[in-house]
Amino acid sequence: MDVLEIARWQFGITTVYHFLMVPLTLGLGAVAVFLQWRWWRTGDGMWLRATKFWGKLYLINFILGVATGLVQEFQFGMAWSEYSRFVGDVFGAPLALEGLLAFFVESTFLGLWIFGWKRLPKAAHFASLALAVAGSWVSAYFIIVANSWMQHPVGVELVDGRPRMTDVWAVLTNNTALAAYAHTVMGALAVGGGFLIGISWWHLWRRRADGLDELPGGRRARVVVGADPVKPWRDATDHRLWITSLRLGAVVAILGFGGVAITGDLQGKLMFDQQPMKMAAAEAACKTGSSFSVLAIGDLGAKDCSSVQTLIEVPGVLAFLANGDFSTTVRGVDDLLPQYQRDYGRTLPDRPLYGDRAGQKITYVPLMAVTYWGFRMMIGFGALAAFAAAVALWLTRSGTVPHSRWLARLALLGILAPFAANTAGWVFTEMGRQPFVVAPNPNPSGVDGVFMFTAAAVSPGVTAGELIFSLVTFATIYAALLVVEVTLLVRYVRGGVPSAMPELAGGSDPDRDSDGDDGGDSDTGDADRDVLAFAY
Amino acid sequence: MEALAIVWFAAIALLWIGYLLLEGFDLGVGMHMLVSARSENDRRVMLNTIGPVWDGNEVWLITALAGTFAAFPLWYAALLSTLYLPFVLVLVGLIFRAVAIEYRGKHPSGRWIRFWTWALGLGSFVVAFGIGAALALTTTGLPIDANGDRVGGPFAALGPAALLGGLAVVGFCLLHSATFLALKSDGPVRRRATAYAGGWGPFGLLPLLGWMLVVQVQRGDPLGWALVLLGLGGAALGWRSARAGREGRAFAGFAAFLALGVAGIFAAVFPVVLPSTLDRAWDLTVGNAAASPYTLGVMTVVAGFGLPLVLGYQAWSYWVFRRRVAPEHIPADHIRADRTRADRVRADRVRDDRTRTDVTRADRAAR
Repeated sequence: MDVLEIARWQFGITTVYHFLMVPLTLGLGAVAVFLQWRWWRTGDGMWLRATKFWGKLYLINFILGVATGLVQEFQFGMAWSEYSRFVGDVFGAPLALEGLLAFFVESTFLGLWIFGWKRLPKAAHFASLALAVAGSWVSAYFIIVANSWMQHPVGVELVDGRPRMTDVWAVLTNNTALAAYAHTVMGALAVGGGFLIGISWWHLWRRRADGLDELPGGRRARVVVGADPVKPWRDATDHRLWITSLRLGAVVAILGFGGVAITGDLQGKLMFDQQPMKMAAAEAACKTGSSFSVLAIGDLGAKDCSSVQTLIEVPGVLAFLANGDFSTTVRGVDDLLPQYQRDYGRTLPDRPLYGDRAGQKITYVPLMAVTYWGFRMMIGFGALAAFAAAVALWLTRSGTVPHSRWLARLALLGILAPFAANTAGWVFTEMGRQPFVVAPNPNPSGVDGVFMFTAAAVSPGVTAGELIFSLVTFATIYAALLVVEVTLLVRYVRGGVPSAMPELAGGSDPDRDSDGDDGGDSDTGDADRDVLAFAY
Repeated sequence: MEALAIVWFAAIALLWIGYLLLEGFDLGVGMHMLVSARSENDRRVMLNTIGPVWDGNEVWLITALAGTFAAFPLWYAALLSTLYLPFVLVLVGLIFRAVAIEYRGKHPSGRWIRFWTWALGLGSFVVAFGIGAALALTTTGLPIDANGDRVGGPFAALGPAALLGGLAVVGFCLLHSATFLALKSDGPVRRRATAYAGGWGPFGLLPLLGWMLVVQVQRGDPLGWALVLLGLGGAALGWRSARAGREGRAFAGFAAFLALGVAGIFAAVFPVVLPSTLDRAWDLTVGNAAASPYTLGVMTVVAGFGLPLVLGYQAWSYWVFRRRVAPEHIPADHIRADRTRADRVRADRVRDDRTRTDVTRADRAAR
């Protein structure tokens, strides 16, 4: 296999994997901030339990996001040294800012939060979590700024064949970045919301299956909440925690999906303008037109459009997606291709950089099987999950979930849908940018010559053997760690609140909520030789 | 040469020194969990001295790299691609280490805990060795061509300097974490750490001294030599203090040796950031590897505002967790967290005892 192919697979696998952890970190983190804020303001023990339980799951997931994020920081230089040289002047800065302004805040304050129960006053402890999560959200912004510059390079001039940053403000407020950031964090909220719904649903169902909560007959019946005679923590507060979490999750998910739809529409309109070929490929639209394809068949992986047949299409919708009306014609692949070939060449230039690839014909049409189905999976899974969140809200109006094992399983399975939508969206947008790693910017803000073919970006000195070794190593470790993380999550979810709050299971009065009551007086010196509130 | 490029060379050196000083004891604690811990309680005392701060310390590495990417893209590209395989290993070490710290206590089986202890210990060793080797090689030279790409196979870059640098950072981390543990823990861990720092531990600094001397002999300038000599003074003070049981001074003395010595190394190689062993004309320098003045200016403004802030709140977090971790502070949570499947509360006590025995057995096996 070619070095380029392996390096692309490696980047794709490591990044998609990393982005399984990221949206959950962003979404669940925001939820945890809300929960602890409620506890801080109301003193209601239910919110404390919720903070501890969801916070524990947040941490289990968080660390894997950190571990896999480290790889990103290294691999631009390791596998994509030519890329790093080409874009370094403008691309390195957001990464450095991410470290300085986001990662330090995130990691330091998360440490303070994890170990700060009892040590910090309540307000400071809450602020630690809020700052840590804010750090995550800011880091997402900087990395999206970096990525969006690859989608739509702005704020630069061309000096000695390389882009040079001339306007950092333009880079930071790149319209692509603003739309993509909003789209990403909304998607992350949807993931967090779905996570809450699925797990809370399962716990509410367990309570019903164990006969704790009962739903009398009748149309407007409300749940009658019971308590477990053996497990003291499965009390009325426990029920309130799950139903509150479920509803909170549903609201967050619905808001998230609403935001995703709006921001996705904005982003799509920008993309029709900035990367028309990506959007044509998303539609498998060979001919210029205005209809949205619902089902296309044929060899989408073919180099040209000749075998693609659109079976079902909706007139006008594509025009609406691109331009907000129903009549604009959107240019198809057949129309765009000659223009790309004229502007950026038919074959890879004969420069040492390209090695054996010099002189190869450039394929300007991305893999349509990926872009077409990636686009539809993103929208499909997103819409499905949004619908499910609304249904969940409706089905739990009596204060608990229906007595159906089948629905409980579906709710757990539903956790995966927003993840699938996120992944599909990223695969679509990154694969759709090919054959460019830095897409040319056709707007007035664009500078001629500021673009780069992926074929030129890979490290010239690195061998295929090294790349295969690292690809296999990372893929193996990642697969194993995914199993470990999911196993741990399942274990902690099954354990319910006591898995994050062992003192609850101790048989003492569960609503005493011993933790944090003495949070007012922080460390008073060595005389206070008590046991740590949390320890690894 | 741009003045800002010089500033950023100093800033990168500072970030690396900050990283080695802060994560140095995290990595050393990880290794000591295999080397000098005698019981599970020892290991938990050790781990919890770094628990709240290790992740923040690791960001120094991320920022050092990202700062290099932003300020010296050609240096970043050449160093990481030339040392491809070593950095793969460093990443594997970093991944296992991070996950180990967080997951080790999350499941109460002896086998689980043992596995993550090894992952943490070996991961820390690999990271310390790999980063040390990479830093040594960037000061002594790599076989790069005019474009900054490696000439030769995957192992062409490795040589005695890599070994020296790797051992230098490993030896330093072991000692640095011993003086750190002496300051931050109590009980058996503190006793053994003090003994290590006042006994054989300081000999672990010899490879570091070797790296300093190699660079100074090759490239030395008066400033570099002066810094190394000052650093040696720090090491002497550290050793004396360690033997006298003055924990704070011992920590500061050995830390000063690293900080001054590595500063001396960077001062000596300046303005070269990555020498080519093939042709001196292909050296990457502060002049030819730097980003544009505009980018450096933006970065300077942000770092000038951001870095003091970082130092401020990181110092505060050390203040919040300033208390020593003693064996009696360690809760038995890991074991209690396993109540997930416990069907009867009454059974829990029995289970706990059983699991505790399990862990003790693990200890014995680990020895």
